[in-house]
Amino acid sequence: MKILLILILSISFSKNIQAGSLEALFDSYQQAGVITPKAEQGKLLWNKVFITEKSKGKERSCSSCHGSDVRKSGKHIRTGKLIEPMASSVNLKRFRDVKKTKKWFKRNCKWTIGRECSVQEQVDILKYLTTQ
Amino acid sequence: MKTIITVALVFTLLLTTSIIMGGNTHDEEQEHGYKNTYSRQLDVAPVSNITYAEECGSCHFAYQPGLLPEKSWIKIMTDLENHFDENAELDADLQKELTDYLVQNSADKSNYKRSKRIMRALGKSDAPLRITKTLYFVRKHDEIPYRIVKNNKDIGSFSNCTACHSNAEKGSYNEHDVKIPGYGRWED
Ligand code: HEC
Ligand code: HEC
Ligand code: HEC
Repeated sequence: MKILLILILSISFSKNIQAGSLEALFDSYQQAGVITPKAEQGKLLWNKVFITEKSKGKERSCSSCHGSDVRKSGKHIRTGKLIEPMASSVNLKRFRDVKKTKKWFKRNCKWTIGRECSVQEQVDILKYLTTQ
Repeated sequence: MKTIITVALVFTLLLTTSIIMGGNTHDEEQEHGYKNTYSRQLDVAPVSNITYAEECGSCHFAYQPGLLPEKSWIKIMTDLENHFDENAELDADLQKELTDYLVQNSADKSNYKRSKRIMRALGKSDAPLRITKTLYFVRKHDEIPYRIVKNNKDIGSFSNCTACHSNAEKGSYNEHDVKIPGYGRWED
């Protein structure tokens, strides 16, 4: 009986975490004192082309690896590895782990734009990717 | 209730013993079976750490730790922010966890056939940053014309092991499983 109870408890607990995590993600940004997310701004930034100090004249953008149709898979421009779609409507695994999402924002903004993305920029992009 | 608990206990016991017995496959002489039909010796130990598979397998195939010596892994792991012109930085905890995993399973500590040969071909103080720069790798691949790799969008570079080695994920690099995209099966 006890075992059953623990089982039921743990299942419902993990379900809660999953369902709440997108909100939790936005919440975690709101703590930094945010403003309204704007999907159109996010889309613009997603497709904007940058040439950075490190890119040696080459153009980079978020869509270089993820593509500009975010409901489709992307391809890592250097290694050729497939990247699953970014739109949460077609890829339910997206933005389920706050730490993971923030880690990739840090890496990919630095690599693509040459600096970290501001909180506003991250929230805009998230809004765009979760409303496609 | 009592019987359920007893059954559960016996089951757990059986499960743990089989895990313990099954985990002991490091001897290179031992046979490794795959889905009952595939049974062949592995070249390197398959990746056994889920965090590693996820973190180091997101941009490329998760290279097995047994493909490079400890010194190489330490060099790679201490400069993840400038990782082959890519940013692969990790927070300190993860960075340490993965370094430990790589070091403990590096080529110098492995009994698997290819790991031993990779080590044998390296000089004592050699610590290349790339598997593709180890002497063993270069020798094994020197018959493949560079042009069929470089100009092949399905391969891109020699670093893309899985493009040609269909069982690389399992730790098998056997030349009989090699299929070069747009070129076909490799015949010596
Ligand atoms: C050089 C290739 C590359 C570029 C350019 C790139 N990314 Fe990524 N991105 C990846 C890879 C690889 C992953 C991890 C694989 C995965 O999650 O499927 C990833 C993951 C992410 C994630 C995590 C998604 C999640 O599930 O939490 C976010 C957010 C992200 N990228 C945003 C961006 C933004 C914003 C840009 C542009 C500033 C960008 N990326 C540019 C390769 C790239
Ligand atoms: C953000 C993307 C990214 C992540 C994350 C990443 N790598 Fe890489 N890695 C690369 C790129 C790009 C290359 C160069 C590929 C090429 O030259 O074709 C590379 C190359 C390598 C090579 C050399 C392959 C060769 O040519 O022999 C090793 C070894 C390696 N990575 C290990 C790791 C380890 C260990 C981790 C996890 C801590 C990791 N990588 C995480 C992008 C990444
Ligand atoms: C362009 C295709 C291609 C790529 C990419 C490639 N290999 Fe190979 N590899 C081969 C071929 C072909 C052979 C067989 C060479 C021979 O013995 O004639 C081989 C042989 C090997 C062998 C020796 C196997 C044996 O039975 O002798 C190992 C180990 C190996 N490769 C590891 C790797 C690793 C690790 C990577 C990625 C870092 C890699 N290969 C990338 C084509 C490739």
